[in-house]
Amino acid sequence: MTILGISAFYHDSAACVLRDGRLVAAAQEERFTRVKHDASFPEAAIRSCLAQAGIEPSGIDEVAFYEKPLAKLDRVMETAAAVAPRGLRSFASRLPAWFTEKARLPDLLRRRLGYRGPILYCEHHESHAASSFFPSPFEEAAILTVDGVGEWATNTVGVGRGGRVELLQELLFPHSLGLLYSAFTEFLGFAVNSDEYKVMGLAPFGEPRYVDRILERLLDLKEDGSYRLDLSFFAFLEGERTVNSRFADLFGLPPRRPEAAIRPADMDLARSIQAVTDEVLLRQARHAHRLTGLKNLCLAGGVALNCVTNGRILREGPFSRVWIQPAAGDAGGCIGAAYVAWHHVQGQPRIADPRDAMEGALLGPGIGGDEAEEALARSGIPGRRLDDDALFDAVTGLLADGKVVGWCRGRMEFGPRALGHRSILADPRRPDMQRRVNEKIKFREGFRPFAPAVLRERVTEWFDLDTDSPYMLLVAEVARSKRVARDPGSPEPEGLDRLHVARSVIPAVTHVDGSARVQTVSADVDPDFHRLLRSFEARTGCPVLLNTSFNLRGEPIVRTPGDACRTFRACHLDALVVDSWLVERPEGLPIVPLPPPRPGADAATPKRLRRFGLELSAGLLAAAGLTLWAWESPRAALGLAIAATLLAVFAWVRPSGLAAVERPWMRTVRVVAGGLSFLLTAVVHLALVTPIGLIRRAFRPDPLGLRPDRARSSWWSARVARAPDPESYRHPF
Amino acid sequence: MYQLLKELLAFLRARRKWWLLPIVVALLLVGALIAVSASSPLGPFVYPLF
Repeated sequence: MTILGISAFYHDSAACVLRDGRLVAAAQEERFTRVKHDASFPEAAIRSCLAQAGIEPSGIDEVAFYEKPLAKLDRVMETAAAVAPRGLRSFASRLPAWFTEKARLPDLLRRRLGYRGPILYCEHHESHAASSFFPSPFEEAAILTVDGVGEWATNTVGVGRGGRVELLQELLFPHSLGLLYSAFTEFLGFAVNSDEYKVMGLAPFGEPRYVDRILERLLDLKEDGSYRLDLSFFAFLEGERTVNSRFADLFGLPPRRPEAAIRPADMDLARSIQAVTDEVLLRQARHAHRLTGLKNLCLAGGVALNCVTNGRILREGPFSRVWIQPAAGDAGGCIGAAYVAWHHVQGQPRIADPRDAMEGALLGPGIGGDEAEEALARSGIPGRRLDDDALFDAVTGLLADGKVVGWCRGRMEFGPRALGHRSILADPRRPDMQRRVNEKIKFREGFRPFAPAVLRERVTEWFDLDTDSPYMLLVAEVARSKRVARDPGSPEPEGLDRLHVARSVIPAVTHVDGSARVQTVSADVDPDFHRLLRSFEARTGCPVLLNTSFNLRGEPIVRTPGDACRTFRACHLDALVVDSWLVERPEGLPIVPLPPPRPGADAATPKRLRRFGLELSAGLLAAAGLTLWAWESPRAALGLAIAATLLAVFAWVRPSGLAAVERPWMRTVRVVAGGLSFLLTAVVHLALVTPIGLIRRAFRPDPLGLRPDRARSSWWSARVARAPDPESYRHPF
Repeated sequence: MYQLLKELLAFLRARRKWWLLPIVVALLLVGALIAVSASSPLGPFVYPLF
């Protein structure tokens, strides 16, 4: 049985194929459209997954969607009614998309793929929970899911056992740890739902001096890790922004403008919210342990990408083992939904894979026969085709000489991390390497840390970690034996200047607090990348490489050899490996900026151009009729009719001739349609949502549960325990 | 569209959220108008009617 899992329409759209319970392919739409965090219907990702599985759309037995759109609409409407007349702008700008896009999944599947079979809808956090437990190596485990918001839930505790995942307790919107973290992300001048990891990277430079203020004023945190936010400091219920002026007043400073210099207080805020996040999740981990009595923990949801917190849960939490879904954010929801369809709906049993069922997250498309050669030829970059022995030897030599290498081989990774198939690699022993890769190659902030990829069999020698971390989701200390003792006479620099102090023998991947975001590489999971690390160790004695994603700032990670070549041309990489081809940067090769993204949906096909011409011609004919009827002007009507006929003939015979007109015309149509939909939705808000909301609030003053109650001992809500009902998945609510 | 309407009604009935009905109907009409007009080159000629 083939199940297509889909997550889409919020951020990070993705698709996967689960065949007879085995994950065979998964990919994110952004890698195809080149639009970072693309939220559109993931048609390209779906087609790629189907191609990898060797099936046509007609071979899909079931489609599983990662959330329930109508339950989400319920939350949006309740929120709008609870804050109206405020929130008009947000309502009017977001609601039309729901009706024109989110509610039309069956239509999209039918029109784009010709699929008319069953569609299953899972709850958002059930998808996260399933994505963390079903592919995990555990027979049974406690589950924690944490993100911004799904339908209503923002945070759940559950249990996975055999072929079943059950959510036991939940916290409900608007009380959300993910949204709290995003609020700080925005306040610090970074992009919400995108740059949260920059806050995490900035945190070690600061001091946690705002922790008490956050816990006293913003958050009512209970001993069991449940919490409520004080919504008087936040604006996300009614606006486009996440915080209001009270939030700034609380910390005594204005929000940082994007691209402005980072202030000491920004670092302190980052450190403080990171410490609070750690504290909340450590308490929740202890609560989940008490609740389930199990020794394993599975984590998912966007907040589970916070590898600093994950590392602390592993070290300080009550669980023996922790497994985190590598695509813990919304992209991974498609995997959970597909597994729910297989186990909960089809009733299939589960046998845990002791390694895990994610195939090292190497679930994306590979590189076809001559694809690399053709891409290099198109890019005008001279390369050499080498056998594996010569290639690994040459690349090892380049890395050891301090060169930075783009590495694009094998199947693409699924999830936000490049794990050695679409990576930029460098020697971590060089003190200047972090700054060089950040500023000259990735063109991003100098403080951003890089991760070490290390041979699994050497990890305990180099890091304070004795477990697998194949997905770069755990932070651990660099081993004491590899640390560099500081000169006691030299004072510790402050803020970002701490970046210049070497703290270990691998300074380029050692954070200012002596930690590192470790990726362990095993020969059985990824023999190719393992071989490169072994080769580097043989030459240098160091089994560690700096590994960062193969992309430039603001770009999605590369997918094809063509993407890799374009990125190579757009930055100062010293060498490029594409499949079996090695390119060493020729002297004087000019930098060519990356082209702007061109989403596939915008491609003007002959069919679409013909339809454009015929519709326009029909419009002209209608105008001719109107001219004749209203103004009694036969000459003008005849002229319009002739123009319509000529246009129709032209569109039918040579549709490509309309391409230059179609694109700007339709762009204008969409802009005008967007404006009109905003206006009409605003009218609906004023005429219906506001009066209905005011009347409801007269009878139920606190519909969203915003009132604080510090006397309560817990904010967890119990979920009604029930066996999975296959029928319930057939409804989008 | 028919399927969506059916699911919306089932949702309102199951959750007893009939107060949402007028808002949802109005938004459905707006959504349908926008979906049709935004995908057609005749959109700019239709908008002045509103």
